Amino acid sequence: MLEIRIHGRGGQGAVTAAQLLAISAFHENKFSQAFPRFGVERRGAPVESFCRIDDKVINVRSQIYTPDLVIVLEASLLDAVDITSGLKPGGIIVVNTSKPVKGAKYSDFKVHTVDASQVALEIFKADIVNTPMLGAFAKVTGLVSLESIFKALEERFAGKGKLIDLNKEAVKRVYEQVE
Amino acid sequence: MVIKKIKKKIAGKKSRLSVGAVIQDPGNSVENKTGGWRALRPVWNKDKCTQCMLCWMYCPDGAIPQKNGKRLDFNYDYCKGCGICARECPFQAIEMKKEEK
Amino acid sequence: MVKKVTEASQAVAEAVKLCRPKVIPVYPITPQTHIPERISDFVDNGEFDCEMIYVESEHSAISAAIGSSASGVRTYTATASQGLALMHEILHVVSGMRLPIVMNVANRALSAPINIWNDHQDSMNARDTSWIQLYVESAQEALDTTIMAFRIAEDHDVLLPVMVCLDGFTLSHVYEPVDVPEQKTVDKYLPKFKPAFSLDGKTSTMGPIGYPGDFMGFKKQQHEAMLASLDVIKKANAEFKKVFKRSYGDGLIEPYRLDDAEHVFVGAGTICGTARTVIDKLRNEGHKVGMLKLKAFRPFPEDAIVKACKAAKSIIVFDRSVSFGFKGPIFAEFESAFYEASQKPLLHSFIAGLGGYDVTLDHIEDAFRSAMTADKPISRWLYKE
Repeated sequence: MLEIRIHGRGGQGAVTAAQLLAISAFHENKFSQAFPRFGVERRGAPVESFCRIDDKVINVRSQIYTPDLVIVLEASLLDAVDITSGLKPGGIIVVNTSKPVKGAKYSDFKVHTVDASQVALEIFKADIVNTPMLGAFAKVTGLVSLESIFKALEERFAGKGKLIDLNKEAVKRVYEQVE
Repeated sequence: MVIKKIKKKIAGKKSRLSVGAVIQDPGNSVENKTGGWRALRPVWNKDKCTQCMLCWMYCPDGAIPQKNGKRLDFNYDYCKGCGICARECPFQAIEMKKEEK
Repeated sequence: MVKKVTEASQAVAEAVKLCRPKVIPVYPITPQTHIPERISDFVDNGEFDCEMIYVESEHSAISAAIGSSASGVRTYTATASQGLALMHEILHVVSGMRLPIVMNVANRALSAPINIWNDHQDSMNARDTSWIQLYVESAQEALDTTIMAFRIAEDHDVLLPVMVCLDGFTLSHVYEPVDVPEQKTVDKYLPKFKPAFSLDGKTSTMGPIGYPGDFMGFKKQQHEAMLASLDVIKKANAEFKKVFKRSYGDGLIEPYRLDDAEHVFVGAGTICGTARTVIDKLRNEGHKVGMLKLKAFRPFPEDAIVKACKAAKSIIVFDRSVSFGFKGPIFAEFESAFYEASQKPLLHSFIAGLGGYDVTLDHIEDAFRSAMTADKPISRWLYKE
């Protein structure tokens, strides 16, 4: 079972990102579960959301303490919260940043970066990175295909044609650019 | 009491009590004759009565029957003897008398 | 049938739509809000023909539900926590009037201190209101049980309201795969609502005075209806299996690797999922462990429980609420159920997960390991300062 934690700020769509991941995994014929850090959400405050993906039925319903993978929607969170908390040794970190992520605390982990904000600004004319970062997840893990993410977007944003197309484009660009 | 009189068969079970205490036969308040509660008896003086119908309007028990807009004598089956009619009558056409036989 | 990943609250909303209640008086409260929000969407976009009444409090919501149900139409509402507490006096009126209202409770703690997270204190507080209480573990079970609930409540041998309890946040806000059945399948399972009595078109009196000479008679009827619901719940579950190819134990309790289990976990709601994972692990180590998931808390299926735990040497009860000054409410029922049993297992009480305190795999594994070596009853609060 793969356990994922997404770090964002209130209002950035970390919860939606986790839901989309779960839906994408479902389209890969996997079992999945997504949930927010249950609480009182405030715009701008650091928030977390979670996703589990497995080949068999997921029964466990406690919170995620030792994720295999962490997605960070905004680089400023690297200083604000301990994004490596509980992350399994050898675990994966995917960060939206224009700069390399360096430091001893990251030495046990595989760090991937992508400037998703830049992609978002070009495509949405706004710094919306929750969906684009799914592209990075797809590329880094190979667990879900772009097609599955596209299906998830169509499902989640049904009836919002233009928005879906823009999101697909952003996901694809981030998929191609992640390092 | 009223509920006792309702014998309904619901869910194959017979009980003298209806399910949920529902009273399914309406208008059964007439079965409950309250005239026996009366200690004072209103007596109607037809000569003083102008048929203003105030007593009919005020009676809380509907114990004053009317026909063609005119009141008839009290229905003592239901009159509880509260005396509101006597108090409201502008013409002192109703007198409360001790209920004695 | 549509299989999709969706939120448990959305799954419940789909179930409600498929059951076609005519009236839904409702007041929003965290973490129940997503349920009426999704139902409102269905009504708003024309998918669902239903009168939603947006009232000013939960007291009004359940009162309006009485009026609606008494007029002879299928009626639904949902609440949580303080909302359920505010409904409390009316909950007794609903069951006393024998109105088959179905209500989802997104279980949440009761104040004070203020807490919006999950435990079972709210519904346990409503234990003696004569509402049937069913607890669910997954989004699928929440959907399925909501459909079953209408059938159980409306059965003329029952005519009692049903509370379908799902853990707030821990389930209500979780996205996971769900089979949403088709309308025609649900129609096959759930007949049109046939009220036993109704104010519609016929004058009758509901909610009259019950004098001392009769009051006990009405209460005894209610109690007997609750006991009769044990069989009706089982039938509703068995019939559900025929139509939908899914079921949950016998509808009252759901065993998991229980047959030869010497150490048995007991819980209600989402912790049962977490317990399954622990049981699989301990079974792989060769330990004879299993679970009895309590689905029905009222009526309390004590005979089925004692029978199902035939191999049990110890029973580990996790309560997500507490009867202050006594014990966990589920634990107390288990002690009572086993009092006359020929084989008496050791009964261990764990108070866990109050106000959203996470119940982890470790909590349950530790409880099992403690029970395996215990020679006297354990009573413990799973909480660290």
